Amino acid sequence: MKILVCISKTPDTTSKIAFKNGNTQFDEAGVQWILNPYDEWYALVKALELKEKDPSIVLHLITVGTADCDPVIRKALALGGDEAIRVNTDSTDSYSIAVQIAAVAKEGGYDLILTGKETIDYNGASVPGFISELLDIPYVSLAIKFELNGSVATIDREIEGGEEVNEVALPVVVGCQKGMAEQRIPNMRGIMAARTKPLKVVAPIAVDALTSVVNFELPLAKAGVKLVAADNVAELVRLLHEEAKAI
Amino acid sequence: MCVLIFVDQTEGHIKKSSYEVLTYGVKLAAQIGTTAEALLLGTVNDDLAALGKYGVSKVHQAANETLNHLDAQLYAKVIAEAVQSIGATVVVLSHNQTGKAIAARISARLKAGLVTGAIALPDTSNGFVVKRTVFSGKAFANVNIVTPIKVISLNPNSFHVAVGEGSATVESLNVTVDPSKIKVTAVNKVSGEVPLTEADIVVSGGRGLKGPENWGMIEDLAHELHAATACSRPVADSDWRPHHEHVGQTGVQIAPNLYIAIGISGAIQHLAGVNRSKVIVVINKDPEAPFFKAADYGIVGDAFEVVPQLTAEIKKMHNN
Repeated sequence: MKILVCISKTPDTTSKIAFKNGNTQFDEAGVQWILNPYDEWYALVKALELKEKDPSIVLHLITVGTADCDPVIRKALALGGDEAIRVNTDSTDSYSIAVQIAAVAKEGGYDLILTGKETIDYNGASVPGFISELLDIPYVSLAIKFELNGSVATIDREIEGGEEVNEVALPVVVGCQKGMAEQRIPNMRGIMAARTKPLKVVAPIAVDALTSVVNFELPLAKAGVKLVAADNVAELVRLLHEEAKAI
Repeated sequence: MCVLIFVDQTEGHIKKSSYEVLTYGVKLAAQIGTTAEALLLGTVNDDLAALGKYGVSKVHQAANETLNHLDAQLYAKVIAEAVQSIGATVVVLSHNQTGKAIAARISARLKAGLVTGAIALPDTSNGFVVKRTVFSGKAFANVNIVTPIKVISLNPNSFHVAVGEGSATVESLNVTVDPSKIKVTAVNKVSGEVPLTEADIVVSGGRGLKGPENWGMIEDLAHELHAATACSRPVADSDWRPHHEHVGQTGVQIAPNLYIAIGISGAIQHLAGVNRSKVIVVINKDPEAPFFKAADYGIVGDAFEVVPQLTAEIKKMHNN
């Protein structure tokens, strides 16, 4: 049994978001990079739990990016996993990224591919869907619980106002979110072991992006509070309904 | 050439988010000078011809019961087939639970560029540029789709539904539907309490409420709004409310559409946990409370008088 966990680096949640070059590029100055929390806390840790139950499982991690992703993938290896693969390209279009992962996955013959439900920077929620289509295998998104019995997975996924339980035979792609696993902190033994684990750098395959970012915008600063008199609560309800469209 | 609008359903009914997408798709079709048609997978009890009221001329239905449950692989295959047989150039759907599962699959299958989480109609003056949220709502990106066919998923609650008159013709779509590889063994709907991190609306109380015995009015307001309840750190530390309700830097961080802060002064640690909320309402008797600087709407007044009135006014609105 082989599991592939997809890892992305993202700016730390407390990062100040700014852009440069006429708002066409994310300004990385002073940004701390972390493992995308959904990839780390839910996808990777779930894979570790499965491997702890069944040590014969082969667990590979993959990221798509240039050498500046290495510290983040080493951190992921410190949590666990047998080896990591980095596809050496700096594409940002999520389709192009998924094409690279799908190519490696096809070659590796993985039974289970886990990703976070989305990254906290681009929030596209599209990479796992792309991978599953490129491999033509089932996909369960927004997973909150995952159990494996032999070659059949039982997955709880989020639906509007509740959960749905799906049973699906492997192979499958699963997009993971809160509930899948508990957060872990790498220990010193893991950090030391990660230094010697293989990190394979592979060349990208040719792919044309389907989209391109023209520019970024920051939200306008709050216009200032609109005060409503305490004896005119109906006006607040009207503003929330008609102007803010919040209720 | 047309805009094809994917209409999502559950348990025999069309989802609310689909009506937003219908309006979006119809406006987009008018903008690029084409027609808007809808596509529904599975069977529903709703009257499909009535979707004409939202501006679509035709509703294509693949009335196969296998499609009543989401299987992303099957859905993408059927939708992609429909796009090709109908000759659609744009596919629009909601960025809801279903959209997150199928949008990328449709895109990959058709080699059609995808923008998820769109919040506005595209700018078609130079290319096909769609605005979407990025960095968890801290910024926006304008993304150009460079392929002949485009797929757009619309963020829920970002487009107002427009209803008019009209009736659509309903046509059955002849597609082959493979057996699903996904077996749905249970559907569990959450009843009662709304989970805090997933809530669209959060009603939060602070020390200004004076004691746990006064939380009834917070719960009444939350109930009327289908909102989750939350509290500030001092309230959790005093055991007035459970710790899982504590929002702030060291508690839960939330980003609802609407955050209503009652009797909370707005310390910087509290703001860090809630400043990604789309709309912030502050009710506080102290006009100098720092929270007013981070708020969109505010009432300077006594919570014990304002909050019950607010609940009553919202109830009135819901009954109209």
